[in-house]
Amino acid sequence: MFLVFLMALLLVTLGYVVGEAMGRGGGYVGLLIAVAIWTILGLVAYFQGHQVALRSAGAKKIQKEDHPRLYNIVEEMTIASGLGKIPEVYVIDSPALNAFAAGRNPDNAVVAVTAGLLRRLNRDQLQGVIAHEIAHIKNRDILFMTLMGVMAGAIVIFCETMLRVFFYSSAGRMSSGPPRGGGGGGRGGGHPIMMIAAVVLIILAPILSRLLYLASSRKREYLADATAAVYTRYPEGLASALEAIKRDVQPMNQVNSAVAPMFIKNPLQKVSARGLFSTHPPLDDRIGILRSMGGAASFNAYQEAWKKVGGKRAGALPASALAGDQDAGVREASPLAQDKAEARHQSREAGDALRKANNFLFLACVCGLRVKIPPDFKKKEIECPRCHRNVAVPLAQMAAAGVVADAVSGKKGGGLIQQAKERGKKGKKDR
Amino acid sequence: MIPVIVLLVVAGLLVVFIISMYNRLVQARNQVKNAWSQIDVQLKRRHDLIPNLIETVKGYMTHERELLENITKARSRAMQAESVGERSQAESELSGAMGQFYVVVENYPDLKANENFLSLQEELTSTENRIGFARQYYNDEVMKYNNRIQMFPSNVIAGMFNFKQEDFFEIEDPGEREVPKVAF
Repeated sequence: MFLVFLMALLLVTLGYVVGEAMGRGGGYVGLLIAVAIWTILGLVAYFQGHQVALRSAGAKKIQKEDHPRLYNIVEEMTIASGLGKIPEVYVIDSPALNAFAAGRNPDNAVVAVTAGLLRRLNRDQLQGVIAHEIAHIKNRDILFMTLMGVMAGAIVIFCETMLRVFFYSSAGRMSSGPPRGGGGGGRGGGHPIMMIAAVVLIILAPILSRLLYLASSRKREYLADATAAVYTRYPEGLASALEAIKRDVQPMNQVNSAVAPMFIKNPLQKVSARGLFSTHPPLDDRIGILRSMGGAASFNAYQEAWKKVGGKRAGALPASALAGDQDAGVREASPLAQDKAEARHQSREAGDALRKANNFLFLACVCGLRVKIPPDFKKKEIECPRCHRNVAVPLAQMAAAGVVADAVSGKKGGGLIQQAKERGKKGKKDR
Repeated sequence: MIPVIVLLVVAGLLVVFIISMYNRLVQARNQVKNAWSQIDVQLKRRHDLIPNLIETVKGYMTHERELLENITKARSRAMQAESVGERSQAESELSGAMGQFYVVVENYPDLKANENFLSLQEELTSTENRIGFARQYYNDEVMKYNNRIQMFPSNVIAGMFNFKQEDFFEIEDPGEREVPKVAF
């Protein structure tokens, strides 16, 4: 909350000082402009934010039948968190390992995970990741980060506009001889000190706002990790998931930088960055903290572990989370034998989830194989890849499904999968 | 005149304070009730899954007739139970029987390859998890509510309007009530 206050203060000061510099008494006009930009951006982000995030990531909504395990885990975490409504579940067609949550309030929330994540994580790990995302929803981090992001954006827009206004007004003054009067007095422009302050602020404010934004983003990540540990009563699940995510170096290219803080790991950075300019705390630290909670799954245990790992005295979690905390033991791992058959099954499930979301048709061949047909398939028969019998394709049914799909998504669904396959092939060759 | 206004303002603030505290108590109590109904929903979900499960595994598990019968019996007892005590007794028996079932399943590789069984198993795993998480959430909410009833100053309001403490959802015999571990 302190950081929000600082950010708002920065925005208001900026507006006032720049306005005052433009002409005496103009401080309030500047302030008004700054707040107006903030409000407009805020309203857009509030109502459209999650749509932007989903669209920029190319996420597809799935139903329970498309991927029962993912859907079940989301429901489990909804119960553990006491959210009133199950968030909508989306799958992102990307081999990278990542996930995000979006939506302005728990009633309009969505959770999205990449297909890579579904392929590679076991149940406990996936549960940890989903718990982290649900924690973002429950803690209202999305609203919080939208608010911060919008203020940072407003500051940047305001500064850029004002820089131009400054440039043109001073150029105009030079050419048109006597300066035009500002708000008061005979001289154009405001007080010289205000002028200097304004220039300094215009240069510094965007950087400062970015830093404030990132600092609060990192804090919310810690809180979400702690909350996930409390929900699952199993910090190791999230810790080992983060470890798998760390090993994965494929960046997600299609992500807009504005939505980067919503992901469990910054999708735009290849390596886990440390320091003031990262949206997320370093993954090593997050894993280390989760693993030093010492058999307890509570906010206090996380706070202690945070101090131990970071070597700091102040905590990372807000006091509201620590109040009313109760000690709870950690549960045991679900014994999952991750053998090869299991891994293959899981990988097939992840692919099927995407195909179903993209309106693929699943036909059963006599030999037992399920032939998956893209929605833009045009031939009447297809040869089964295993037994080489011909399977009839019900084109009429597909056309009906295709019309619905086109109306919903506005484009054909086949392309995405094809791209993913090609990308996968390329990746294998590179290695 | 001024003392009267001051008195009125103070009284007004006090009333607002009491109302908000009362409302928060009611909210906490409703959350506890809601959490309890969630446990109920998940236990019912398990009841609904069992006939389907028995039907699927019957053909494979010919040597485990007794175990399957126990599961069916425990289920119908849990569904017919009237009192909370009876019910929790039956549910814990059901949990125990299910736990045995998961152990025995390991001996039937054919069953574990059955597509139908695999999806049922995912549903059962999830249901057991949900029961666990619903219980966890219920206990968290009960603790928040009880804290509010015991702590000053809300305890005064709680006493005035007769808010009673709620019981935690305890497990009498941890070994029995523990959520069975599911092996894949």
